[in-house]
Amino acid sequence: MELGPIWRALLRNKTGAILIALQIAVTMAIMVNAISIMQERSSMMARPSGIDEQNTFILSSDGFAADFNERVTVEEDLAALRAMPGVVNAIQSNSIPLSGGGWSMGLQTEPGAEIDGTGVAVYFVDEHGLETFGLNLVAGENFSATDIAWRGRSETSWPDKTIITRAMAAALYPDDPGSALGKTVYINDDEPLVITGIIEQMQAPWNGWDGVERVMLTPNYTLFGGADYIIRTEPGRRDELMPQVEALLAERNRDRIVRSMRSMEEIRERSYRGDSSMIKILAFTIILLIAVTSLGIVGLASFSVNRRTKQIGTRRALGASKVAVLRYFMTENFIISLIGVVIGAALTIGLNIVMIEAFSLTRIAWYLVPAAMLMLLVVGQLAVLGPAKRAASVPPAVATRTV
Amino acid sequence: MFSYYLKLGWLSIRRNPLLSALMVAAIAVGIGACMTIITVNYVMSSNPIPHKSEQLFYVQLDSWDPNNQGDDGFEPPDQMTYIDAMALMKAGKAYRQVASNRSSLVLEPQNEDERPFSVDARNTWSDFFPMFDLPFIYGSGWDDTADRSLERVVVLSKEINERVFGGENPVGRNVRLNGMDFQVVGVIDDFLPVPKFYDVTNGAFNEPEEIYIPFNVAVEYDLPRNGNTNCWKPFDEGIEAFLNSECAWIQFWAELRNETEKREYMAFLNAYAEQQKQLGRFPRPLNNQLSDVMEWMEKEEVVEDDAQVMLGLSLLFLVVCLLNTIGLLLAKFMGKSGDISLRRALGATRANLFTQHMIESGMIGLGGGVLGLGLTWLGLRGIEMLFGDFVENLVGLDWVMVLTAIGLAILSALLAGLYPTWRACRVVPASQLKIH
Repeated sequence: MELGPIWRALLRNKTGAILIALQIAVTMAIMVNAISIMQERSSMMARPSGIDEQNTFILSSDGFAADFNERVTVEEDLAALRAMPGVVNAIQSNSIPLSGGGWSMGLQTEPGAEIDGTGVAVYFVDEHGLETFGLNLVAGENFSATDIAWRGRSETSWPDKTIITRAMAAALYPDDPGSALGKTVYINDDEPLVITGIIEQMQAPWNGWDGVERVMLTPNYTLFGGADYIIRTEPGRRDELMPQVEALLAERNRDRIVRSMRSMEEIRERSYRGDSSMIKILAFTIILLIAVTSLGIVGLASFSVNRRTKQIGTRRALGASKVAVLRYFMTENFIISLIGVVIGAALTIGLNIVMIEAFSLTRIAWYLVPAAMLMLLVVGQLAVLGPAKRAASVPPAVATRTV
Repeated sequence: MFSYYLKLGWLSIRRNPLLSALMVAAIAVGIGACMTIITVNYVMSSNPIPHKSEQLFYVQLDSWDPNNQGDDGFEPPDQMTYIDAMALMKAGKAYRQVASNRSSLVLEPQNEDERPFSVDARNTWSDFFPMFDLPFIYGSGWDDTADRSLERVVVLSKEINERVFGGENPVGRNVRLNGMDFQVVGVIDDFLPVPKFYDVTNGAFNEPEEIYIPFNVAVEYDLPRNGNTNCWKPFDEGIEAFLNSECAWIQFWAELRNETEKREYMAFLNAYAEQQKQLGRFPRPLNNQLSDVMEWMEKEEVVEDDAQVMLGLSLLFLVVCLLNTIGLLLAKFMGKSGDISLRRALGATRANLFTQHMIESGMIGLGGGVLGLGLTWLGLRGIEMLFGDFVENLVGLDWVMVLTAIGLAILSALLAGLYPTWRACRVVPASQLKIH
């Protein structure tokens, strides 16, 4: 290989090479950090909400008339919903995973106002809650119909039973999460609750919360003036049932309005819209960036080929083969790109440290750095291929022309 | 001379159309990416009420839990309790003051055929309208007697008036909200502060509410509240107990016209907190805060982290595009060594050549800027498509942004041109003539 001459030729014309190397380095820093953010977001979006998303939808019912009888309405609505063909089960609740709006409380293992409770998302359910949400009870038992109490809007006391998620059990009893069943925990500083069941997994309504899997189910019907109905259908029948359910509820009682009907699919899409958009924007940025950098390489290489036409002709006249000329330009680009990706690796890690500090992003996965280096080397070689081929086709006779 | 250089620049650009197009495209793409993100950041961090943002103060009283630090240490809660908000309203120590919160009501149209629908409502006080400069089409806000005597009055947004009264003057007529009649006193024109500074707790980029009713009426009839509510201390059953609880759910703003008023108000707040301490409330050390509009936006981190990450990445993107342009310009100018040395030999000074090449770079920048502006517009439409209604108010281009885009493009091109031009000027007169 003619590394020596190539290197010395590069040194005689440093600036162009340095510019390309820097461009490759910055490209790599942006690319790797962007990919890392994309990975972080998509793994966040891949977390299961714990419920049967495909076949579930939700709608709100708000009473407004002065003589609105909420209790009777809820009882009749639920009976009608559960009797509908195609409906697996339905409940009244205050929220649903990923919806962004909900209720949180603190639970503590010892009573006392001075103790800092563990935050937990609350879903009010009846004995049909587990089936409607599609939750997997791993220990203890479901609520029974007699457990369910009616809760008024400004009521503050809590039913004495609760079902919590495994994640909540682990947060309350970090040393022995398995022991949570049957234990007494305290809400509102000193109000005791017994943990009567543990469910495998369920998400809180807020996807960005660091305790997103800390959930408690409370055996309550609510009388808050308005509530959500959560309806789970047989597989594949959701879309057909949604308008039917809306019409049924709207017709059954005109003292309330039925609104905000949306499927879990829509709720998930909306909940992660920021993240999925971020992924798309970053992907687009990376493509543009690589395009700009490759075009830059093509432009500069073409220029350098044009400038060196005479030298190429001379080399060819002196016996260098076409392949040798091609190899010269490919090797030159390889050296420049190699310097670029090495600087790039350092820049990438530097940028990542800055991003972790400023925006608490995650660290990049180690394999991204070598993968990006390899990829940019290949991109560089592909970009220079065209100009290098043109260089190789310079006829030896050019050498004799201008002098 | 300038027009001569413009002509030379144009000729030079036309001589290598491909290289020139590449440079213009590189700058355009860099500017497009950058300006798209800069625009979103600019709107997110813009001043929603510039003429008086320094006289409007968000009031935070630290009535919170001594045992619970929260995420950022002992910061006062970002909303206020009912007891405190009412005490401050009653004292009336500021030039204007407003306690408000968000709610959702059901509006029953008079036409029996139309179904009732839900509207976003703000429970507020008479000072809200003059304080935040709401523009009225019909009528006006209510006055403070309405606040005190629980008059059921309502101010409608333009859209609701359109929907319920067909856009006619509804002042004096009634609308039925949650089963009660409210008399319309005014209709506001388009009012779209971005960010929605007076209630960032419930979403800094939400749409403004559709109707406004007196706060006291909402409390008296226990109308639904649906904004963020935070409590740290258990309380008893019933609405009375809730109102007297340590739950924070109210946003409180004070208008203070100068430093003296601000100082006096702060002293008043501290005296109030001290007095509450006597009564056994406010268990934490004294930490009341007044933040003007922009300070409050900063504190509540209204500009999303994502937007800032994108801003950083897009600036780096611009750097790549500039490195690209520097390389290409260098190639181009060095390719003109023959011309340059000829001109030098014929008497052009280095200063002449410097000006000439900087003008050429500037022209490329201008081209990149104009094209980049088009790309910015496309980029903003793309963002709008991706994020949907959430960003509706964030993706407009105003004159400031248009000029920034062009300016940034020209500046970038000049910066990129600096080194290649310097190299070009160093060409020795007549040095390149020999070989031809």
